Amino acid sequence: MRKALLCSAVASAIALSSVAYTAHAETLRWARSGDSLTLDPHAQNEGPTHTLAHQMYEPLLQRDMSGQIIPALATEWAPTSNPNIWEFKLRAGVKFHGGESFTADDVVFSLKRAMMPTSAMKELLASVADVRKVDDLTVHIETTGPNPLMPNNLTNLFIMDEGWTKANNCEAPQDIANGGDNACVRAVNGTGAYTLVSRTQDQRTVLKQNDNYWGKDLFPLEVSEIIYTPIQEAATRVSALLSGEVDMIQDVPVQDLARVGGAANLQVVTGAQNRTIFFGMNVAADDLASDTVEGKNPLSDVRVRQAMNMAINRDAIKRVVMRDQSAPTGVIMPPFVNGWTEALDAYPATDVNKAKELMAAAGYADGFGLTLNCPNDRYINDEAICQAAVGMLGQIGVKVNLDAKPKAQHFPLIQNKTTDFYMLGWGVPTFDSEYIFNFLVHSTTDKLGSWNNTGFSDPDVDAQIVSLASETDLAKRNQTIAEIWARVQQEVLYLPIHNQVLNWGMKGNIDFPVQPEDQPHFKFLTYK
Amino acid sequence: MTDHSERIEMNSVPAEVSEKSTAGWRNSDLWFSFKRSPVIVLAALVFFILVASAVFAPVLAPYTPFDPASLNLMNGFTAPLASNEFTGDYFLLGTDDQGRDMLSTILYGLRVSLFVGITAVLFAMLLGVTLGLISGYLGGWVDNVIMRVADVQMTFPSIMVAMLLYGIGKGIIPPDLRDEMAIWVLIVSIGLSEWVQFARTVRGATMVEKEKEYVQAGHLIGLSRVSIMVRHILPNVMGPVLVIATISLALAIIAEATLSFLGVGAPKTEPSLGTLINVGRQFILSGEWWILLFPSLTLLALALSVNLFGDWLRDVLNPKLR
Amino acid sequence: MLAFVLQRVAQALLVLLAVGFVSFSMFQFMGDPVENMMGQEATVADRAALEERLGLNDPIVVQFARFVGRAIEGDFGVSYRVGLPVAEVIFDRLPATLELALFSGVLAIGLGFVLGIYTAIKRDGWLAHSIMTLSLIGVSLPTFLIGIFLIWIFSVTLGWLPSFGRGETASFFGVELAILTWSGFKSMILPAVTLGLYQMTLIMRLVRAEMLEVLRSDYIRFARARGLSPYRIHYRHALKNTLVPVITVTGLQLGSIIAFAIITETVFQWPGVGLLFINAIGFVDIPVMSAYLLLVGVIFVSINLVVDLLYYSIDPRLSFSGTKAKGH
Repeated sequence: MRKALLCSAVASAIALSSVAYTAHAETLRWARSGDSLTLDPHAQNEGPTHTLAHQMYEPLLQRDMSGQIIPALATEWAPTSNPNIWEFKLRAGVKFHGGESFTADDVVFSLKRAMMPTSAMKELLASVADVRKVDDLTVHIETTGPNPLMPNNLTNLFIMDEGWTKANNCEAPQDIANGGDNACVRAVNGTGAYTLVSRTQDQRTVLKQNDNYWGKDLFPLEVSEIIYTPIQEAATRVSALLSGEVDMIQDVPVQDLARVGGAANLQVVTGAQNRTIFFGMNVAADDLASDTVEGKNPLSDVRVRQAMNMAINRDAIKRVVMRDQSAPTGVIMPPFVNGWTEALDAYPATDVNKAKELMAAAGYADGFGLTLNCPNDRYINDEAICQAAVGMLGQIGVKVNLDAKPKAQHFPLIQNKTTDFYMLGWGVPTFDSEYIFNFLVHSTTDKLGSWNNTGFSDPDVDAQIVSLASETDLAKRNQTIAEIWARVQQEVLYLPIHNQVLNWGMKGNIDFPVQPEDQPHFKFLTYK
Repeated sequence: MTDHSERIEMNSVPAEVSEKSTAGWRNSDLWFSFKRSPVIVLAALVFFILVASAVFAPVLAPYTPFDPASLNLMNGFTAPLASNEFTGDYFLLGTDDQGRDMLSTILYGLRVSLFVGITAVLFAMLLGVTLGLISGYLGGWVDNVIMRVADVQMTFPSIMVAMLLYGIGKGIIPPDLRDEMAIWVLIVSIGLSEWVQFARTVRGATMVEKEKEYVQAGHLIGLSRVSIMVRHILPNVMGPVLVIATISLALAIIAEATLSFLGVGAPKTEPSLGTLINVGRQFILSGEWWILLFPSLTLLALALSVNLFGDWLRDVLNPKLR
Repeated sequence: MLAFVLQRVAQALLVLLAVGFVSFSMFQFMGDPVENMMGQEATVADRAALEERLGLNDPIVVQFARFVGRAIEGDFGVSYRVGLPVAEVIFDRLPATLELALFSGVLAIGLGFVLGIYTAIKRDGWLAHSIMTLSLIGVSLPTFLIGIFLIWIFSVTLGWLPSFGRGETASFFGVELAILTWSGFKSMILPAVTLGLYQMTLIMRLVRAEMLEVLRSDYIRFARARGLSPYRIHYRHALKNTLVPVITVTGLQLGSIIAFAIITETVFQWPGVGLLFINAIGFVDIPVMSAYLLLVGVIFVSINLVVDLLYYSIDPRLSFSGTKAKGH
C-alpha cells in the first residue's frame, strides 16, 4: 500500500498529471446480501438500489456518512416568502458522465419524472404541486401547503439528464405492468463520482472514478474502482471477507462479528441504524380471529398491553439474540429522529410478577392464546427475536403461536389488516416524527395510516398529525409531536424492542464510518 | 414414464424374489445374511436406538424444549460440558440460540423427523401401491391416466413438488389451524413427491404377476378383482416395495431437512433435525459448532443406518447378485 | 414411428400445460408481489392500482391464459424484480447452470464408473466394502450441508478454493463460460462436487449392480470357460453390457441435477437459473417463476422423450404399435 502510493506519487510527479486521481489507484471489492434491482433511479424505492445509484447519480441534497444533509447538486435552499414555495440554487459547472451540462431543466424534468404514475418515488413528492425553472441555476418547488421538511424528502431523488433520457426513450420510469423495457434500466448517465463500466444483474457491477467529477477537491475519492458483488448467503458472504475475496461487506451477521473483528487484517465498523423493531397489536377489534378468547379482544385492554410490555426482556434479547448489537428502546423511533427524548426511550424493567398481576386485574389470570406473525427474511434475526418473545410472553400466560413467513407473505398481512399481533420494523427517512405518525398512528385512510394495523383511531390525534405538515412554527410543531407521543406511549400502542445496529466488515486499512441509512457513499472512503 | 424405467427398477429389484422371502424368516437367507454382516447389525442397532430415543424422548429428555415458557433466553449459546455464565445452568451438549438444551431438542427433533419421514413414506406407499396395482392390473385407459399423472409428477423434481405443495397448503389452511396442520402439510408434500416410485414398481410387478397361472386360476374359480389384487398379487410384490420404502425413508428424512434449508420445513418452535441444522449453520463461522454438529451427526446416523439397511436388503433380495 | 413421435410430443405438450396451470394456481399463495415492488410510503390506493395494472385481480384461469397466449408468441413478460425481459434474464443465467450441471455430471459419471467397476470386480475386498459404505454418507446428508462443510474446509480453513460465485468468465461463441478461465474453473470445483456427489453414488451403485449381474450371466461364464483374460472379460464384455441401462438412468438424472442445482447455487452463490428462481420466489416474481418452471418442464419432457425414443430404437422387442408394450 505504502509502496504503491510512493510509486504512483513518483509517477505522477514525473507526468505532472492529476495527482488527486492517480495517487489512489485502489480497487474496492464490495459485497452485500442483495443487488440493486434496477439502474433506473426512479423505478424502485429500495435501499440497495438507492445505494448503488448514489455512487453514479446525485440528488439535489444528500445525507453524508453521519446522516447530516449536505449540498449535492443544490448549493443553497430555503423557503421563499411564500411558505408554499422552496427555492433551490443549483451548482454551476457540473457535467453529466456523457458530457452534457447540468441545468435547471434537468431538475424539473427529473422531479416530474419521479412524480409520474409508474415511479416508485412519487409518494415522497406527494405534496409537490409544481416544479419550475426560474433561471438556468434556480428551481422553485411549489407544494400544496407549507412543507417545512421538503429538503428531507429529496435526498434519494436522483437527477437525470433530460436530453439523454429522452434520447433513450425513457421519459417515464419503466412500466413493468405493460412489459415496458427501457434503456435507462441498463445504462447510467449521472453526475456522480463514479461511472458505470459493466453490470451483470445479480452478479457483478464494476464502476470507475469519474475523471470530471465536480467534487474532486471536496471529497477524498481514494477508491478508483468499485467491484460490487451481491452474496445472498450470510455464511458465504462472511467467508468471502475472511478469505480475502472481497474488501468490504454490509450485513455482517451479528454472530460473526467477533470472528471478523478478531481476524488479523479485518475490522468491524458499527453504527446506529435508522430502524426500530417492534410488535404491533390489534387493539380495536371486538374479537380477534387468532386468539383463544371468545367474544372479546384481550389486546383491547391496556393492562394486558402493559403486562406484555413488561414481560419482554429487552436486555436478554440484546445480550443473546443480538449479541449486544442493538439498542433496546421504549419508543418506536431511533434517537436521531426529531421528537425523540430520553424519557420516551426508557423502557420498563422486566417484571413477570407485576405483569401477571396486571393480567389478573384485566381478567386474564389464566392467560390466553394468540398468533404472532413474524417475517423471517427481513430484519436482523427477526424470527429469533419473535421466538424469544414467545417464551417471555409464555411466562405470563400468553401462549403465543409463532407464524414466521417470508416478507412477501408477511407484510400483506399488515397491509390487509389480517393479523392481530405482528412484528414490524420502521425506518424514518425524513428523520422526523411526522413520518412515523403518518404511517403508524393516524387512522387508516386512502392517504394516511397505511401501516397502522392497530385499529387505533382518534379524530383528535388525527387532526394533530395532519396539522404537523403545514405548521411552520417549529416550537409549536415540536410541542404537538410531544403530545402525540405521550398519547401513543400511554396507550401502549406498540411494544418497542430495539433500534437496530449496523455492522460493516472491512479490511483493516479502510477508514469508513457506518451510515445510519446503510448507504455507503464511496467517495467518502479513505485508506489509513 | 414408460417401460424403460420399470425395467431398470426391476433389474435391481426383481419381483420374483419375494416369493422366497415370505418363507419362515428365521431359516431364511435374510436372517443368515443379516447375522453374517457386522455393519448391518451395527446399522440396525443404531437405528433401533434412535427410534427408541425418539419414542421415549419425553422420558429421556432432561428438559421440555417444545414449551417456550420453560426456556430462559439467557441460557443461549452455552457450550457443551460447561455451565452458563449468567444462570450457572449446565447442559451436556450445550444449548442453541434460544437457550434450549441441545440434547433434549435433538431427541424431540429426532421424533419430529422420524414421524414426518415414516408417515410420509407410509402415505406414499399406500398411494403408490394402490395406484400401481390398479394401473398394472387393469391396464388400458386407467393405466394410461395414472401413468400420465405420474409423468406430470416426475416432471417436477421431488424437492420442488414438496416446496410447491407446501406453499399451497400453507395458503389454504386457516391461520388458527396452521400450527397443528403445518406438520401434516409437510408429510403430504413429501409423501406426494415419492409415490411414483412405488406405483411404477408395483405396476411393473403386477403386470408380470397377473400373467401367472395362479392368478389365471383365481379368475377361473371366480375370485373378485379386488380380492385377487389384494390377497394374491399384493403379497408377491411386497419385496421390492419394502426395499423402496426403506430407501424412501432416508430420502424423506433428508427431503425434510432440505425443505428446512429452503425455509419451508418444520417450524423453529417445534424443530425437526433439519430445522436444527438450518439454525445451526448460521453459527458455523462463529464458533458455536455444537448447534450444527450434533443435529448433523444425528441426522447422518439416522439416514446412514436406514440407507445401509436398504442397500443390504436390496442386495439380499436380489438373487442375481448373490 | 412418426405417429409414435407425434403422439409423444402431443402428450408432452399436455403435460407442460398441466405443469403450467399447477404452478399458476400456486403463485397466489406465495405472497403479494406488489408488496416488494412499492416502497413503504405507498398508499393503499397506489397498491390497488398497481395490482389492477398487473392483472393480479383477474381469475387464475384468465391470468394463465394470458401467460400461455404471450408465451406462444415468445413473450414471457418483464421480471417484477429487476425489470428486464424474462427471456433475457433466463438466457443470461442458463449457461452458468448448464455448465455446472454438465461438469458435475461428467465428474459423477467418470468417478461413478471407475468406482462402480472396481467395487464389482473386487466385490469382497475391504476397500470395495469401505467405498460402498462411505459412499452412503454422501447420500445420507442433505446437499446444502455438504456444501457448507466443503466451504468451511476448503475456503475458510484451507483457503484453497473460492467460496462463492463463478470467478472470471471467457466468451465461447458468444456464451460466457467459467470453465475456460483458471479462476472460473477453481470456482466450479466445490459446487460441482456438492451437486455431483449424489449422482456419483447412484451411478456407482448402478454400475456395480449391472456389472455383477452381467458377470454372472451365462455368456460371461462361457467367455471365462473359453479362457479369455479377466481384463477382456471385465472391460470388453461386461462393461459394454452395463452401458445401456446406466446411460438411460444417467440421462434421467440430468433433470434432477438441474433441480438440485437450486440448492447448490444458493449455497455457493452460483449465478445460474436456480438461484434466479430462489430470488424470484422471495420476491414473488411471477413472470420469472412461471418461465423457469416451464423451462424445467421442457427440459424434463424432452429428456424423457429422447430416452424413450432411444430405448425403443435400441430394443427391438418393444414395438411401436401400442402405447404400452407388455414388457418383460
